[in-house]
Amino acid sequence: MNPLAVPARELEPQSVISSEMAALDAGYRGAGVTETQPRLDYPPYRSSLARHPGRAAYDVDPETIERCAPCFGARDVDPLDADLTVGHPGAPIGERTVVTGRVLDGDGRPVRRQLVEIWQANAAGRYAHGRDQHPAPLDPNFTGAGRCLTDDDGWYRFQTIKPGPYPWRNHRNAWRPAHLHFSVFGTAFTQRLVTQLYFPGDPLFALDPIYQSIVDPRARDRLVAAYDHDVTSHEWATGYRWDIVLTGPGQTPLDAEAQDGGGA
Amino acid sequence: MTPIATPGQTVGPFFHLGLSYDRDSELVPPGSPAAVVLRGRVLDGDGHGVPDALVEIWQARPDGTIAVEPGSLRRDGWTFTGFGRASTGPDGTYAFTTVAPGPTEPGRAAFLAVAVFARGLLNRLFTRAYLPGDTAALAADPLLSALPEHARRTLVAEADGQGFVFDIRLRGPAETVFLRYPGQRP
Ligand SMILES: [Fe+2]
Repeated sequence: MNPLAVPARELEPQSVISSEMAALDAGYRGAGVTETQPRLDYPPYRSSLARHPGRAAYDVDPETIERCAPCFGARDVDPLDADLTVGHPGAPIGERTVVTGRVLDGDGRPVRRQLVEIWQANAAGRYAHGRDQHPAPLDPNFTGAGRCLTDDDGWYRFQTIKPGPYPWRNHRNAWRPAHLHFSVFGTAFTQRLVTQLYFPGDPLFALDPIYQSIVDPRARDRLVAAYDHDVTSHEWATGYRWDIVLTGPGQTPLDAEAQDGGGA
Repeated sequence: MTPIATPGQTVGPFFHLGLSYDRDSELVPPGSPAAVVLRGRVLDGDGHGVPDALVEIWQARPDGTIAVEPGSLRRDGWTFTGFGRASTGPDGTYAFTTVAPGPTEPGRAAFLAVAVFARGLLNRLFTRAYLPGDTAALAADPLLSALPEHARRTLVAEADGQGFVFDIRLRGPAETVFLRYPGQRP
């Protein structure tokens, strides 16, 4: 028991959250319509109650600026930014691991030379962030933020430490499955994505309302990296593979011009 | 067969660790010629400021051209990249120092593309911050002209002494109009 924590007795038990999630799951399976993204309205994630729009998003064709994306380059990203295990006096504690994969657009084409950012808790489940009050140790050799640019085939690669699960106050005894936060840009601003990577077999999956807010089991499984023994390296690091597919059209203004260019 | 998009997830409460950086909200240095402040509050359904939201903007230059310039993450003080990011303060306020974008095509309404992220928000939201002023262009805009007046109002920033004010209401009677682009599925 954490002596510093505010008494948690006013928080609801996991059973309340779990039964709400089970009801939403049954409703989804009964509806027979496939969903692919999280629901914004997912009451078991209590913070979403006041923070989800009441109206459906308005369908609109992207204008010129939305069909382009911010440009990042070698000036923005140091190659060492992709290695979260360096840059401190010593080596961080935890399971050294490599996470790699490709960023693809909605047509399956690689997103080249584009920015990927990650942030995460340390091996003990603690963020190097002033607002993280979890009484697990900080690691003086780990900050938990990284960046890289994809290569010409859309590949990103980070070396890091596997994060630990951590408690949060959605309900009593709530724990997040271990995850890396990912932020990704595409070739159009409409493809902007922030998501989380999970590790296979986490026992907390079924209990976590953020993960379960993606009500389709195949869709949420797309956030789970695959252990890849070819990424694992001899006497050094375990390895995981995770590809990211962006939503929306991967159209460049040039493509649009060619298509709108009349006649052909 | 087109691949199915990776689901989004909330940015969570600790995004500053990975996403905030020095001068992230300064597309141009404060006080530089033509600099304007674009500011506002991110508000929840109870009208409270959201203190752990992140707003991103992506915009054209004043002449309507679009920068293809790296350097958003390491600002050199003179390259305009068109991209910026601002995290909200305790009362939900965000602020950018930028320049007013011009229309990307002659006669069109000028706007900034906006993405919103927050703890408690399970996926990013897209919207537009149109600049006031060119009433003919605003009236002819395909999106604005298709919306009822109360909804249209949520997309047009208000001019103030320093620049523009654009509040983002996640929920409620004056809820901001959020956008879905082709190819995006629920
Ligand atoms: Fe997290």
